[in-house]
Amino acid sequence: MNRKFGTIILDTAFRYLVPFILVFGMYVLMHGEYSPGGGFQAGALFGIAVVLGRLIQGEEAMLNISGNTAIILAGIGTFIYGFIGVLTMLFNGNFLEYGAFPLNMAEADRHALGILGIEIGVTICVMATIIAIFDALTRREEW
Amino acid sequence: MTRLLTFLAIGLMSLMLFITTSGLPMLFDPNSPAATHVSPRYIEKSREETGSPNFVTAVLADYRGYDTLGETTVIFTAGIAAVLLLRAARKHSDCLPGGDEE
Repeated sequence: MNRKFGTIILDTAFRYLVPFILVFGMYVLMHGEYSPGGGFQAGALFGIAVVLGRLIQGEEAMLNISGNTAIILAGIGTFIYGFIGVLTMLFNGNFLEYGAFPLNMAEADRHALGILGIEIGVTICVMATIIAIFDALTRREEW
Repeated sequence: MTRLLTFLAIGLMSLMLFITTSGLPMLFDPNSPAATHVSPRYIEKSREETGSPNFVTAVLADYRGYDTLGETTVIFTAGIAAVLLLRAARKHSDCLPGGDEE
C-alpha cells in the first residue's frame, strides 16, 4: 500500500482501522463458539472493512471485491452451508447432524467443526451480500 | 356500510386474538412447556452434545441449524433482489421520473 489516496487523515485512519477490523472479524468468526458472536457478526465486520476501502479509495481500492464477484461469493457461502448439511447425510447422518462426520475425534469436537464450517458459510454470504448491495447502490457507470 | 363492516371485522379479529393471547403461558413462567421441556435439555446437555460452551451458538448452529440455513438463504435472496432492482432502476433510469437529468 504505497499509493497515497484521499487526504492524510483518511489515509492514516484507513490504514490503521482496516487491519484491526479484519483481525477482529476473524476473531469473532473463530471464537464464535465460546463467546457471543458468530457468522453473521463476522460477515458484517468483513463487509464493513471492504466497504470502508470503497468509500475512501473508490473503485480502484486495494482491498476490493467487485459487485459481480460478491454475488457469486454470496451464492458460494449459502452453498457451503447447504453442502455441509448434505455431506452429513452422505455419511448416514441426518441433515446437519455434525456427529456423522467420519473423523477420529470426540463427538463434541466433530460438532464444533461442523458449527465452524457453517459459520464460515454464513460469514461469506453476509459479507458478500453487504458488498453487493453497496456496490449496486454506489456504482457510477452504466450497465 | 363497507366501513362499518371493516371495523366490525377488525374488532372481531382483535377480540379473538386477545382471547387466544390470554391463554398463552406467561413470559418467564418457569412452569411453561418451553421452560420445562426444551430449556433444561439445552442447559444440561448442550456442552456434551455440541461441544460448544455457549448455549446461544449451540441452539443457533446445532439444534436449530435448519433454521439458520433458512436465515442465510433469506439474506442471500434479499441481497440478490436488492441488487437486481437497483441495477434495473439504473439501466432503465429514463423510465423513472426525473431519472434522465444527469
